[in-house]
Amino acid sequence: MPRRNDINTILIIGSGPIVIGQACEFDYSGSQACRSLKEDGYRVVLINSNPATIMTDPMMADEIYLKPLTIESIKEIVEKENPDAVLPTMGGQTGLNLARDLQQEGYWSDHGIQIIGVDIAAVDITEDRQQFRDLMDEIDIPQCRSRAADSLLEAKEITEELGGLPIVIRPSFTMGGAGGGIVWSEDEFERKVRRGLEMSPVHRVLIEESIFGWKEYELELLRDPNDNVVIICTVENIDPMGVHTGDSVTVAPSQTLTDKQFQMLRDAAIKMMRSIGTFAGGCNVQFAVEPGSDRYVAIEINPRVSRSSALASKATGYPIAKIATKLAVGYNLDELPNPITGNTSACFEPSIDYVIVKTPRFNFEKFPNVDEELTTQMKAVGEAMSIGRNFPEALNKAFQSLEIGRAGLGADGYEELDRKHVRERLIKPYWDRMLNIRNAFKLGASVEEIADITKVDPWFLQQIRYMVSLENRTEGQSLKDISKEDFYELKQAGFGDEQISWMLSQSNGEVTEEEVRARRKELGLTPSFKVVDTCAAEFPAETPYFYSAYEGENESEVSDKKKVMILGSGPNRIGQGIEFDYSCVHAVKAAQDMGYEAIMVNCNPETVSTDFDIADKLYFEPVFWERVLDIYEHEQPEGVILQVGGQTALKLGKRFVEEGINIFGTDFEMINFAEDRGSFSEFLKKLDIPFPSYGTAEDVDGAIEIANRIGYPVLIRPSYVLGGQGMRIAVKQEELEYYTERVLATHPENAFLIDKFLEHAVEVDVDAVYDGEQLHISGIMQHIEPAGVHSGDSTAVIPTYSLSDTALDKIRSYHEKIAANMNIKGFLNVQYAVKGDEVYVLEANPRSTRTIPFLAKATGRAEAQIAVKVMLGAKIKDFSTEELTSTLDKWAIKEPVFPFDKFPEVKKELGPEMKSTGETIYFMENFNDEHFKKPFEFKNLYLSK
Amino acid sequence: MSLYPRDKAIIALSDGTVEHGYAIGKKGTTGGELCFNTSMVGYQEIFTDPSYYGQLMMMTYPHIGNYGTMSRDDEARRVMISGLIVRSFSWEHSNPQADGNLQQYLEQNEVVGISGIDTRKLVRHIRSKGVMNAVISSEELDEEALVEKARNWEDMVGLELATEVTRTEPQTVHSDGPFKIAAFDYGIKQSIIDNFVKRGCTLRIFPAKGDFKKELEQWQPDGFFFSNGPGDPVATAEYAMDVVKYAKQTGKPIFGICLGHQLMALSEGISTKKMFVGHRGANHPVKNLETGLVEITTQNHGFAVDEKELDESKVEITHKNLNDGTIEGLRFRNFPGMSVQYHPEASPGPHDSRYLFNQFLDMIKEGKKEMA
Repeated sequence: MPRRNDINTILIIGSGPIVIGQACEFDYSGSQACRSLKEDGYRVVLINSNPATIMTDPMMADEIYLKPLTIESIKEIVEKENPDAVLPTMGGQTGLNLARDLQQEGYWSDHGIQIIGVDIAAVDITEDRQQFRDLMDEIDIPQCRSRAADSLLEAKEITEELGGLPIVIRPSFTMGGAGGGIVWSEDEFERKVRRGLEMSPVHRVLIEESIFGWKEYELELLRDPNDNVVIICTVENIDPMGVHTGDSVTVAPSQTLTDKQFQMLRDAAIKMMRSIGTFAGGCNVQFAVEPGSDRYVAIEINPRVSRSSALASKATGYPIAKIATKLAVGYNLDELPNPITGNTSACFEPSIDYVIVKTPRFNFEKFPNVDEELTTQMKAVGEAMSIGRNFPEALNKAFQSLEIGRAGLGADGYEELDRKHVRERLIKPYWDRMLNIRNAFKLGASVEEIADITKVDPWFLQQIRYMVSLENRTEGQSLKDISKEDFYELKQAGFGDEQISWMLSQSNGEVTEEEVRARRKELGLTPSFKVVDTCAAEFPAETPYFYSAYEGENESEVSDKKKVMILGSGPNRIGQGIEFDYSCVHAVKAAQDMGYEAIMVNCNPETVSTDFDIADKLYFEPVFWERVLDIYEHEQPEGVILQVGGQTALKLGKRFVEEGINIFGTDFEMINFAEDRGSFSEFLKKLDIPFPSYGTAEDVDGAIEIANRIGYPVLIRPSYVLGGQGMRIAVKQEELEYYTERVLATHPENAFLIDKFLEHAVEVDVDAVYDGEQLHISGIMQHIEPAGVHSGDSTAVIPTYSLSDTALDKIRSYHEKIAANMNIKGFLNVQYAVKGDEVYVLEANPRSTRTIPFLAKATGRAEAQIAVKVMLGAKIKDFSTEELTSTLDKWAIKEPVFPFDKFPEVKKELGPEMKSTGETIYFMENFNDEHFKKPFEFKNLYLSK
Repeated sequence: MSLYPRDKAIIALSDGTVEHGYAIGKKGTTGGELCFNTSMVGYQEIFTDPSYYGQLMMMTYPHIGNYGTMSRDDEARRVMISGLIVRSFSWEHSNPQADGNLQQYLEQNEVVGISGIDTRKLVRHIRSKGVMNAVISSEELDEEALVEKARNWEDMVGLELATEVTRTEPQTVHSDGPFKIAAFDYGIKQSIIDNFVKRGCTLRIFPAKGDFKKELEQWQPDGFFFSNGPGDPVATAEYAMDVVKYAKQTGKPIFGICLGHQLMALSEGISTKKMFVGHRGANHPVKNLETGLVEITTQNHGFAVDEKELDESKVEITHKNLNDGTIEGLRFRNFPGMSVQYHPEASPGPHDSRYLFNQFLDMIKEGKKEMA
């Protein structure tokens, strides 16, 4: 069936703020859906409350509603826009739940609106474990033995029936497996069951036999209206059953299944999808396979696009969300071309000729006392994907991508090997399991021993053992003597020059990364760039989607256009998430508008910036010095843009400067200078701009001395961190000592600051663009919570609501003075503390910030593009009045969202360290609005003391 | 010291392209037509598929050997490919069900191979230049001599290979079911036999060459099956046409897969052609023109029925490849016959097309009803 002509207007429901388990992958899917529908001439109406999304950009849909994701908002929109159909599968569980609630009211049918892309009855089946179980029984799909419990007593009985502990708890209708987990012992049973019951909106949990240690697989499916089903990608979890797939290190395609076993899962997956309704769209099925047998069980089925489908899209090149949308509006798979090759059919199963590794990114350091053990409830806040021509290369790249200070899978001198510690970290699943497997091999453990403890499939262990064997060999070599062949083998296994320099330094004296790089190039060892083409090179593909590998043929042809390289922000984490990807995408657009070929480098599979049709060229590579420099040397762009990729990109600035590479925008020295509190304060003093008294300390005694001089309370802040990582307020000496020690433990290399903390001040956050002559203020936001709560965690209002004209004038004048005297070219964010008419500068950030997308949505101006164009040479006077005029007539509020429900053991308190995962935008008419009144009333409640 | 052996080996193509890598499998020299397969799993089934007889197999998926080998995955009693090219060879495997690792298996089957090759580069090379012959050696490392050898390697066009892989004696495979199928073995895969037996067919499998008419008259099969196999169909047709014609005149249903499909087409005067690259993989979309449904299929062919020569009065096209529009399935108008270019038995590959075996049996049931 071709495009449906009986529908015209389609409502897309977004997923709202970023939370653990539901992140920017839904911006990727939502924006693909919008583009896909518009391409086909549909009128697209969109609702999403998340301002930091590309999908809510004006060009994405015909009508965009930045409203709370509630039944009321949807009804309001429906009355006005009269959609013919609703597509709820692009907005995660949030979108589906809303569609279901309205379905139960009969709302959709009353208004003649068709639900496309999913069958709500199917969602109910898949979300209610008992119904799902019954259905699987009916179609002969094997499952774990289990039963649903509505009470603690019932849970106890069922556990007895299943033969006792361990058992698994799975609450019904929760996102990201919230409230679930394995129960190992009697003493945690009651607590975990009760919590599961509480978390479930229907007060029900499933008690299930434990298949802990089985191999875990995920299949991504697409089905068209004609009931054709294809498998787009198969993902194998290296972490076996017991760890949520979002928290697992995973690999694609499957590595350890024979064809007969794989086809068994494929057949079952297709049967399962066909059993849950007749909708056309995407679907994800999870299985567990018993090691050493052909026994498998179905775990779950999700009838919508998901985090896994985002990963599968990036892993194969096949744009699942885009195609799923086409299927939802009537197309059959065989009527669509494969967008990557252009001339083969979209109705096929991608074949890949490389290995994908996905690694989750955690933020445990932000939540003291959090239980770091990985369970069936997701705890990761982001993920990185890496592509290699073999598994070792992809695995090393994965750890280069994570941006956790590591140069790869170990071999970087970061850790001391302690047998007892390594064993402890391997007995239970933790985030650093891969690193500790490497450590265990380094300590002489065998594949069998590690497989026995971790249940990780031995094939992966053999590969890591091979990597360690290369380490051991290299440690006995010297840079002068290492043969080209051995060097090549190391590079093919993904080892970075930094790792190699560490290995070579073990026996024959200190070798630097630069020396390794120089020698490598002398030997002619530079990476090639290969294309991701969905078909293992069987057909020609024009898609400019590349990854690096050490191999013969380079497929990335360099154009003769002027180019700019834009560095992405890597895996999402608290303090650096979708907001930066938003700016990255706009930087691409801005660069293209200015006549540049835009080259994107990023490794986050959940993002829009890593869609192959956003930038002119996409390098899916770690935002890691060596990889970035290799791409730079290959492409020879005019320069790089670092100011949109958060700290990930900025951290590389120093090295670009050392290499003599042009960084667009404000001089990097100035970015550095803003981080150096000493020089920056001198600078402010010269300009006659007030700031809180402070001192720089390197140890505990230094910190105490400063605090005694400037007086308590004080704010402790490490340099070069985003999201206020490690920042604390101390009201007395004991606290100061305690926090200082912690800062030193995590950031030993940096000096840190002790600031006078301004009590009862109002915090004001200002973003602006300066072109050397003129200042364009993007927005002045007033925080409802008092200064001391991190700006990312506070509720911010634009325009300001209680500042005096004198204070506002001062802010504007200070901002311009700072911009002019720092020679800003592009972004300038300054945070101020205001007490009455007094204005103090807290910090300045000459880069894109978390608040840029919020301001863009609040004012209707493309703030990120304005700044990036200025960086590339445009002047503010070149922009039209319309481009620079705000459309905001009342107030917009930025409301943070927190992950405390995922970390029940952590006390809910706010302070200078950012803890929120996402935010929403809300447009308010007056101050009687609950969205303003509530935070205003509770503004001091959660402030940590 | 390396953890795994790193003895040198070379692959040389007839157009002068040379790549260096490391020896896997047996040490020695081998040659053949260089082809590639894009299946990501199922290497053992591919290596033992008789249709690949005499070909150098390059796997596009980089890691090969991960789960070792096991006898249930053999498609024939021995390895059929003449050489193996991979990117990253798994010297160790992890499957507790396996009999052993791939290295042992290749050594036992005397297969010469090479690893550490930029297989993607060679695939792109063949894709633009067309298939060509190549030589792998781990004993002679003289590039020029190897290129010369590749140039002199026998060309696949006109090559008759079915007799190299067929059974030498007829064999019966029993089942409890009611159907009797005469199957002609030009390199029949074990999974085809299994698919018939599972559906209640007793198979009498005949060698590619020989006169079995008397025995066929006696045995009175309910239907005929012409199998897949290696080489140029025209060369095989020289001797096989006799039996195809015999089968046609019995009026019994006939089913052909791959080479069998080509033989049936040739018997109706429709010619075959050598393809530029061929189809080898487990992800080829084929549209069933009768139902409008698409099946993801396993394919392995370097020759195809020439659509330009098609006479619609003799055949109806039932299946087409969605990527390049090539003919994938035919129904014959002059006799009860159906044939497909791809592999409904899959192995390795998706099971989407196994319904074809049922369709064939339905034809037989229909025929039996008419008789009764």
